[in-house]
Amino acid sequence: MSRITSHSILETINMIKLHHLDIRTVTLSLSLRDCISTDIKETGSNVYEKIIKYASKLSPIAKEIEEEYSIPIINKRIAVTPISIIGESSKKTDYVYLATMLDKAAKEVNVDFIGGYSALVEKGFTRGDIALIESIPETLKLTDRVCSSINVASSKAGINMEAVLKMGQIVKQAANLTSDRDGIGAAKLVIFCNTPSDNPFMAGAFHGYGEPEYNLNVGVSGPGVVRAAVEALPDDVDFGELATKIKKIAYKITSTGELIGREMAKRLDIPFGVIDLSLAPTPAIGDSVANILEAMGLEKCGTHGTTAALAMLNDAVKKGGIMASSYVGGLSGAFIPVSEDAGMIDAAKCGALTFDKLEAMTSVCSVGLDMICIPGSTTAETIAGIIADEMAIGMINKKTTAVRVIPVPNKEIGDYAVYGGLLGEAPIIAVNKYSCDKFVNRGGRIPAPIHSLNN
Amino acid sequence: MEESKLVITITGIDKVGIVARFANVLAQHQVNIEDIRQTIMQDYFVMIVMADFNKANCSFHEFKQHLLELGKEMDMEIWVQRKKLFDKMHTI
Repeated sequence: MSRITSHSILETINMIKLHHLDIRTVTLSLSLRDCISTDIKETGSNVYEKIIKYASKLSPIAKEIEEEYSIPIINKRIAVTPISIIGESSKKTDYVYLATMLDKAAKEVNVDFIGGYSALVEKGFTRGDIALIESIPETLKLTDRVCSSINVASSKAGINMEAVLKMGQIVKQAANLTSDRDGIGAAKLVIFCNTPSDNPFMAGAFHGYGEPEYNLNVGVSGPGVVRAAVEALPDDVDFGELATKIKKIAYKITSTGELIGREMAKRLDIPFGVIDLSLAPTPAIGDSVANILEAMGLEKCGTHGTTAALAMLNDAVKKGGIMASSYVGGLSGAFIPVSEDAGMIDAAKCGALTFDKLEAMTSVCSVGLDMICIPGSTTAETIAGIIADEMAIGMINKKTTAVRVIPVPNKEIGDYAVYGGLLGEAPIIAVNKYSCDKFVNRGGRIPAPIHSLNN
Repeated sequence: MEESKLVITITGIDKVGIVARFANVLAQHQVNIEDIRQTIMQDYFVMIVMADFNKANCSFHEFKQHLLELGKEMDMEIWVQRKKLFDKMHTI
């Protein structure tokens, strides 16, 4: 008999069946640099054909593996080279056309999202960057599966405040152009500091400049499993024991992701890239990062102690996960998207979780202010202020931070925005009512910080 | 060959003929049983079969579907998974 015990087998089955252990995404990361041409139509057809060529087997193979291991693979996605570069050499920089070709290809190969409608502008804009950024609202209105991300800051370059203000306006326009769907356009747009080049998660996935021609990156989803493990412990175990339990379970979750990722890559005959250790919640009951924090002893996520609990969780997940794979990358932490996490939704609804607390939480966990619905009347300048604050946290702490907020058109505090699927739903929460207009209109860059005298 | 090893887990209310009927499906498809463990947990019958799919006369999909159909007929829950999953998850 194998050394695997019956208990281990039943534990794995329970993790899948009762606690939502799944692979959140298998993301094919693909370079489009060889698609560039001076004719935008030719570029578009090159892009379409390359995606079809490399991604057509992604969904069928994912389905095959799902069946053989009985592990659900929730999303199949593609990340491509930042499109600002791909369209820039064309005489006519019609980026919306390129976006429709990406969307068409994504639908043809049956993937859920395609990311990389992106530009990296932390030190300034090129002609293509500007054209792409201007086209984002229309692109997100006209396409269903295209995701956009803009990097406006880094620890090395500082914060491009002109880009921050511009993105405040773009977020607002993207939401307004999709007002019939609670501003879903803004849910497919994320603004980054220190964006990673191998992130498999949306809306921020793109194929970075230092990446190979193609590879496969994987993201797992296991908040439900961690919650169940924490809940199973007696209330009085100390933090050392709690951290050990989380590390052990994170190891198991990550091992599964690594196995599925490598198997996928092998069958697709492409290199395996990285596994992203992030605990990605889903709106399903129990599959919630907020519920893990509550299982640690908080009455509601957002109360005092939440930042400490999240810091411990995030660190333990990384420590456990890192043992399970030699190639860890992407965002790797605990995600706290409000609308995608049933526990966060509850906490925001009852007032326990506020915008300011969410900002504090982002200083210790992966990513940032994610899927937060704010009043439709919020100005572009206020959104720019929100972005600037979050970028500052990332820049100073040398970590990735991001903003994906949705100013839900025609809705105010207490109303509800509903997106469905993995994007979920959320109550609209308050932002600070005082102005930051003069500050965000100064222009220029906030200089890169000093990297010593760390206090 | 580790690649072809499977773990089949069958759970449900205990009844006559579970082992016989499932073993019969495996034999029909030339799937070799390498080990069987069975136990009763809180009135539930739990059987775990380690099997080798190497010489099977059908695809994995067909084999799994056949087992799932029998599971439905006998009102038992069936999981058919590659053993690699458990090896990877439960060993360092």
